[in-house]
Amino acid sequence: MADAMLDAKGLNCPLPILRAKKALKDVPRGGTLQVMATDPGSVADFAAFCKTTGNELVESKADSGVYTFLIKHTG
Amino acid sequence: MTEAGNATNAKSMTIIVTKGTLDWAYPPFILGTTAAAMGVDVTMFFTFYGLELLKKKLDLQVSPLGNPAMKMPMAGMHMGMPNLVGMLPGVSAGATTMMKNMIKKKGVASIEDLREAAIESDVNIIACQMTMDLFEFKKEDMIDGVKLGGAATYMEQALQSHINLYI
Repeated sequence: MADAMLDAKGLNCPLPILRAKKALKDVPRGGTLQVMATDPGSVADFAAFCKTTGNELVESKADSGVYTFLIKHTG
Repeated sequence: MTEAGNATNAKSMTIIVTKGTLDWAYPPFILGTTAAAMGVDVTMFFTFYGLELLKKKLDLQVSPLGNPAMKMPMAGMHMGMPNLVGMLPGVSAGATTMMKNMIKKKGVASIEDLREAAIESDVNIIACQMTMDLFEFKKEDMIDGVKLGGAATYMEQALQSHINLYI
């Protein structure tokens, strides 16, 4: 179970990333944030966001149109 | 940049924002806010029609006139608008309403929201002093936190930035 959850379903680029960045601020270092999104572009975007900011993308999966990302706050 | 910045990615970007229509307001604000979220130190320099995007009350429009690439989903297909129709009174207003409805329906952020996000993430906002004078805009017409500057102010920032965009 993640330390924090963010429902970004129905939101389009760049809102899922902006909301995730905001939510990560409240996650203690080493903690995890789970993001759910429906924007297909978010798959590539969350990978790029994590890589650039030094946060760890622990998991990225798709299930019937919903994309779930587990981000470890390491950046 | 304070909180949004981080040690792994101390990079910077500038964007020159020259357009003030609803559609063209998106690229600079999307890139500016996203870069800031990724720890980039962002400067946006608003000049000419771009200054419209800094007005306290935004009233952005989109016009199909002279814009053959603007094809709106209509009656199950995509339709462009002939200039002869686009120039009729009320057509631009109608297209603007339609675009705003689509923006809402598709979960796309409003320009107001993106601008707010830019301010929240400490994006450095500069309004071009020369165009402010040219168009007789007052600093009070603009949102708070806007700095005034000229080409040299921009250049100083651009010379030390990793990415410089003109939109």
